[in-house]
Amino acid sequence: MSYFTPEILIDQFINGLTIGGIYALIALGYTLVYGILFMINFAHGEIFMFGAFGGFWTITYLLNIGFAKRHIIITLILAFLVAMVISSTLGALLERIAYRPLRKAPRLTPLISAIGASIFLQNVMMLIVKARMQVYPDLISERYYEIGSFSISNFQIFIISFSIFLMIALYLFIQKSKTGKAMRAVAEDKDAAMLMGINVDRIILITFVIGSTLAAAAGVMVGMYYTQINHMMGFIPGIKAFTAAVLGGIGNVPGAMLGGYFLGLVEAFGVLFMPAEYKDVIAFSLLVLVLIFRPRGILGEVVSERA
Amino acid sequence: MAFGRHIQRVPFKIYMICLFIFLLFVPPLVGNYWTQVLGDIGIYIMLGIGLNVVVGFAGLLDLGYVAFFAIGAYSYALCASPQFDIHIPFWVMLPVCVLLAAIGGALLGLPVLRMRGDYLAIVTLGFGEIIRIVLNNLDPITNGPRGLLRIDPPTIGSFVINTPFRWYYLILAGIVISAFIAERLNNSRIGRAWIAMREDQDAAALMGIDILKYKLLAFTIGASFAGIGGAIFAARQGSIFPENFSLMVSINVLCLIIIGGMGSISGVIIGAIVLIGLPEVLREVQQYRMLAFGALLVIMMIFRPMGFIPSRRRKLELTE
Repeated sequence: MSYFTPEILIDQFINGLTIGGIYALIALGYTLVYGILFMINFAHGEIFMFGAFGGFWTITYLLNIGFAKRHIIITLILAFLVAMVISSTLGALLERIAYRPLRKAPRLTPLISAIGASIFLQNVMMLIVKARMQVYPDLISERYYEIGSFSISNFQIFIISFSIFLMIALYLFIQKSKTGKAMRAVAEDKDAAMLMGINVDRIILITFVIGSTLAAAAGVMVGMYYTQINHMMGFIPGIKAFTAAVLGGIGNVPGAMLGGYFLGLVEAFGVLFMPAEYKDVIAFSLLVLVLIFRPRGILGEVVSERA
Repeated sequence: MAFGRHIQRVPFKIYMICLFIFLLFVPPLVGNYWTQVLGDIGIYIMLGIGLNVVVGFAGLLDLGYVAFFAIGAYSYALCASPQFDIHIPFWVMLPVCVLLAAIGGALLGLPVLRMRGDYLAIVTLGFGEIIRIVLNNLDPITNGPRGLLRIDPPTIGSFVINTPFRWYYLILAGIVISAFIAERLNNSRIGRAWIAMREDQDAAALMGIDILKYKLLAFTIGASFAGIGGAIFAARQGSIFPENFSLMVSINVLCLIIIGGMGSISGVIIGAIVLIGLPEVLREVQQYRMLAFGALLVIMMIFRPMGFIPSRRRKLELTE
């Protein structure tokens, strides 16, 4: 087909990297929580959605008071910070209220509780914003740079580099910091970690906060990139990011990153082969196929056997 | 001992028969509108009974149950509407819809039932969404978002079932039959195998229960109930659209089971009345309905994971 010019392939590659970075950031939240609690935090997509709205409210407010036009960078930083604070507070509350009492319950109980929390949060947002599509204010106008025969927008450059930056930061945090070490210990063996003097409850809370912070960043990026947000926006990216986490091997931090990029690229190239309406089908089919043929994911899951 | 059991069982049966006779006389008492609402509740009860086999009896969390409901509905609608100008009678299509839904259940079940419970939940959820997306985009067959219109109502001789009253009795009959089948299943060898499997898969396997076979059986049987529900839904509505088959249907059915009490049929009925009927009563506060719903799920899981009317067997299990 005349479809596959190198320009289109490179464009789709950049699109894939952009959306893949976003998937990876959300997927990390699933993987971190799953690695420690063996539960799917079904409400993670809603935490991402609240992050997107946090950024939306901040930018709108700062534009209204005329601050944003003069200090674009500061506005951007504030938007991300507010989003992260909202999301991580929410993540912590969720853990404390909906999940902690169920830590010893059969596996399906926390999952159902998570579904309940997810429905609850969607409807809280619906009551706040009235079920309408909200248009993200354009703080920065999208600009395309021509490099040779392909083009890349300033948004794409920003999303790609910022998500990589966040992931490197997370990786270093988990590998080098004392808290990160404690997180790894808890994921490995909760009881032994407790015996070593690690406050397991605190570490679990921190895990939720970190996952939510990354989701918030992804939320603001999605808002800026796709410009439209609503209260249901968390569902599909949530499922896809979960797919990414499973793809890479759930519980495995580098795996979630890899899975995110993999899914992003597969989707970006997939639309070249089939109508765009079926884009979501690609992710779901991929999930089903991976779970059937390689349930431990590309890099293998990191989950201790005693669940 | 035998005498004691006798005394215990009879009142329940009499109670059920009284309830049934009472239900026969409800429509004239409550009028057209409420009979319509009762019909809606009835369809959800049938779905609940079916999903209860999968979730309550066998302990498999299926979040894509709506897919089988959609298969049933679209199978009937395609064969009994002007879309292809085929008009196969309802009573012929009903078994076909059940069969198609069951095949759908088996086809999905075969590859996915080996998975861990929480993975199963997500994959079935994905499957439900795939079906909806496909229905939405397969224009030449399903007519896409414009849906299928003017679906034939069922007839018995020259008697056409097309008013809420007549539907009420048809749905009531469907519920009684479904409940009977589900109850018999629960107390059969198969039902006990499911319970053993749900409680401890490894121990059940050691006892010689073929895990995959029984999981598949639960999945297929559950799906066939949804097939009936779907055919009735399509014939009753007269027109169906892909958005009738969203994830919310799966979640609603799941929630009514959980709220009513997993594994118990009276629980399903109470759950359906509370979940589907109550919003009709509380029309003014409808926007808060889903909000309350989500919160209720979390609260139930924390304080009463067995539901309002837990099955007797499950109650024993949960309180031991």
